[in-house]
Amino acid sequence: MRTFVGVDLGSTTTKAVMMDENQDVLGRGITNSRSNYDTACRVAGQEARIDTRLTLCRRALAGVGAIEGKVGDFLADLERTFRLEQFLEQLDDLENTCLGQVKGERFAKVEAAAKAALAEVFVRLRVEAVALFAPGATRRSDFFRDIAGSRYLGVAEQVAREAELSYDLLLNVYDKSIIEVENRPPSEDMGGKFMRALDKVLVEAPQFDAAGDEIKQAVADALDVELDEVYLVGTGYGRVTLPFSKEHIRSEILCHGLGAHMMYPNTRTVLDIGGQDTKGIQIDESGIVENFQMNDRCAAGCGRYLGYIADEMNMGLHELGPMAMKSNRPARINSTCTVFAGAELRDRLSLGEKREDILAGLHRAIILRAMSIISRSGGIKDEFTFTGGVAKNDAAVRELAKLVKENYGEVTINIDPDSIYTGALGAAEFARRAAEAGAGGDAS
Amino acid sequence: MNAAVAKATHEVVKDGSMLKQKGMMAGHYDRLAAAGETGSKVACTFVPGNLNELIMCFDLLNNLPEVNAIQNGLRKKSGSFVMEAEKDGHSEDVCTYVKSDLGMIARGNIGPYGKPLPDPDVLLLSYTGCFTFMKWFELLRERYNCETIMLHTPYKGDGEITQNMRDYMVKQLKEEVIPTLERVSGVKFDIDRLREYLRESAKAEDDLVWVLQSAKNKPSPIDAYFGGIYYIGPIFGAFRGTEDATDYYRYLRAEVEARIQQGLGPVTPDGDMGEEKYRLVVEGPPNYTSFRDFWKMFYEEGAVVVASSYTKVGGVYDFGFRHDPDHPLESLADYCLGVYTNRNLPERVDMLTNYVEEYQADGLLINSIKSCNSFSAGQLLIMREVEKRTGKPAAFIETDLVDPRYFSPANVKNRLESYFQMIEQKRASKRPAVGAMA
Repeated sequence: MRTFVGVDLGSTTTKAVMMDENQDVLGRGITNSRSNYDTACRVAGQEARIDTRLTLCRRALAGVGAIEGKVGDFLADLERTFRLEQFLEQLDDLENTCLGQVKGERFAKVEAAAKAALAEVFVRLRVEAVALFAPGATRRSDFFRDIAGSRYLGVAEQVAREAELSYDLLLNVYDKSIIEVENRPPSEDMGGKFMRALDKVLVEAPQFDAAGDEIKQAVADALDVELDEVYLVGTGYGRVTLPFSKEHIRSEILCHGLGAHMMYPNTRTVLDIGGQDTKGIQIDESGIVENFQMNDRCAAGCGRYLGYIADEMNMGLHELGPMAMKSNRPARINSTCTVFAGAELRDRLSLGEKREDILAGLHRAIILRAMSIISRSGGIKDEFTFTGGVAKNDAAVRELAKLVKENYGEVTINIDPDSIYTGALGAAEFARRAAEAGAGGDAS
Repeated sequence: MNAAVAKATHEVVKDGSMLKQKGMMAGHYDRLAAAGETGSKVACTFVPGNLNELIMCFDLLNNLPEVNAIQNGLRKKSGSFVMEAEKDGHSEDVCTYVKSDLGMIARGNIGPYGKPLPDPDVLLLSYTGCFTFMKWFELLRERYNCETIMLHTPYKGDGEITQNMRDYMVKQLKEEVIPTLERVSGVKFDIDRLREYLRESAKAEDDLVWVLQSAKNKPSPIDAYFGGIYYIGPIFGAFRGTEDATDYYRYLRAEVEARIQQGLGPVTPDGDMGEEKYRLVVEGPPNYTSFRDFWKMFYEEGAVVVASSYTKVGGVYDFGFRHDPDHPLESLADYCLGVYTNRNLPERVDMLTNYVEEYQADGLLINSIKSCNSFSAGQLLIMREVEKRTGKPAAFIETDLVDPRYFSPANVKNRLESYFQMIEQKRASKRPAVGAMA
């Protein structure tokens, strides 16, 4: 099958989209960008391939009568179980790497104890993992580093106490290992993991026993489809660090414009709030960029600002929006300087303002800044599409909707649940067009 | 090859006119450094609407603080001068030319060529459109306790120079400027000497205009912004009206003529530019602290600037103005009144629209300068209007003159690349579609 890949190497996350010849999105993948775009690109690509396999499974299972009407649930189970497999594999890697760090003078007297403690930590993490990937479980993040990291800290503290070992020692071992593990290319044995996951799902779903072989065959067929990655286009801040030749690079402005157009063909104005930049883009009826404005000398009010706030409040990034939504009286905050955010926050907390009101005020402040960038790019025309990581945040969306109405009246505001992939989608479409136009080969 | 070796062996390519100008500039700074010994008196003045011919009539050396700031910016010295000035209490938002100058003075007033600069005997403010200039000279006056002359230039609010405005300027020249210069210098004013200088100016101006307009060729033999900044050096500095300047522009013109004949594009610091892919009109001053890196972002992508407003900052010659020996004081007045930033927004829009069309450019790029209100005010509006009138895409980037802290290469490059790709995309959309498009 001919596929086309777009990779958006953002400052916070790296996204990949795999598309087929009919412009249908087959799979999407995301990972944190770390400081290593090479790995981020590989991981996001791998994730998009996994997602593509799930799409192909969906297509293949559509023909299996026994699970008709239940394909969605079945695939959700399959994916969950696959993710658990993947997580456990990465835990193994992390454990081995941690053990490898237990050496040298620091550990001279406690080597055996430290190794035993680590083994215990990982035993507990593995037990816990099952619950983390249970049906309906919510995770603070989908990234290995975040899930494993937060749980490791908790479990290691407990184990260290029980073993009368220094917690710092275990922490240090982890800190040294996680970067290495994170930057290791993902294991390629995707098919094996899928089939192991499938076996587990089938064991837990006796109702499909009769059709077991048929399902297995369908999944195996889907896994066997050869994916020919015909053309790849990279975009985003990290693009220049990758060995992509020039034809394989597109500006993120163009990719976001085209991506938004593909999601909502009537789009004329796009707002993208990413990790370190905010873009206001005007596009025409074909998705061609007419004008754009970006923040330039300063990244105040970008997505990273919310990341900072989350760290300051010891919350997950995904938890900020819901808390801000509880506010009825947003605080009035003007400064959107990321570096000052912590001071602003502490100052207001000390004055007794409610956390939700402060958070709502902060969301409003970043949207106000975005409004200024949009107006400089030519204002908002109907339809208006909001993309980027911040578009997933309900509180930001609520403030945006209010300000759009106040300043531009009734305008259709589009937010795709997959809006974080807008740039990668545009890039994939550029890849498809380049291949159609007869440009050669893959990027490497 | 490792970077250090590459750096050591990498030579910046300069053409003959650049080397010639370099010699002229070195001579200029030598003369300034020797002012104490030779007994020469010194005038300080600014680039827009500068009255170099008049200054020369009084045997005064012309020391231009803006040029010093630019030269220090190019030599990466301005950053520490700016901070020195901030230490003295000048805010972050003040024009960085001013701060570079004040910082340099605070550090002993050693000029960009490493030689001391003389104290001024007179400060001549010949363009009042920039309020910062006035404040700048106030500070210098306080420091040097010297004469200050202010020639008030009325703003061309209605887009034209009226006889009344011209008369007002001439009256000031006769009653204020010339008598003060006579008093400071001890030299009697001779209008025929002025006529001679103006005659010389007009020759150089003809050649400069020819060179700048050579960018109408395809490919353009020059870059009218990055290269253009070199070309305007003599005429907007201390050389207009001298034979040196006339020679320089004659030489430059011949050089450019030869490039046209050979079908060559501009000379860049890395040698001849490759294929000309994008033709741009640029509005606003450049960034000087990363001048070469900035330029490289253009020529590496095949972008050449075919016309720019900054190369008209000292005075505008494109539309026929020349210094006129038959009407010496009137033509000095017209020169001051006609400088680019003294034009109202509709005039600036007309001029830039005209450039996009006449030079067959792909669009307008604005480099907005953080600390220059003279240029920056109204630029977004200008952009919209030019875009609307020409139907060509425009883009906006932001940097600073000589404060290295306000040049963010990754961001600027990102925007420029986006802009070039946007032009490309627009072109492609006008060509018949290839294959099945969305």
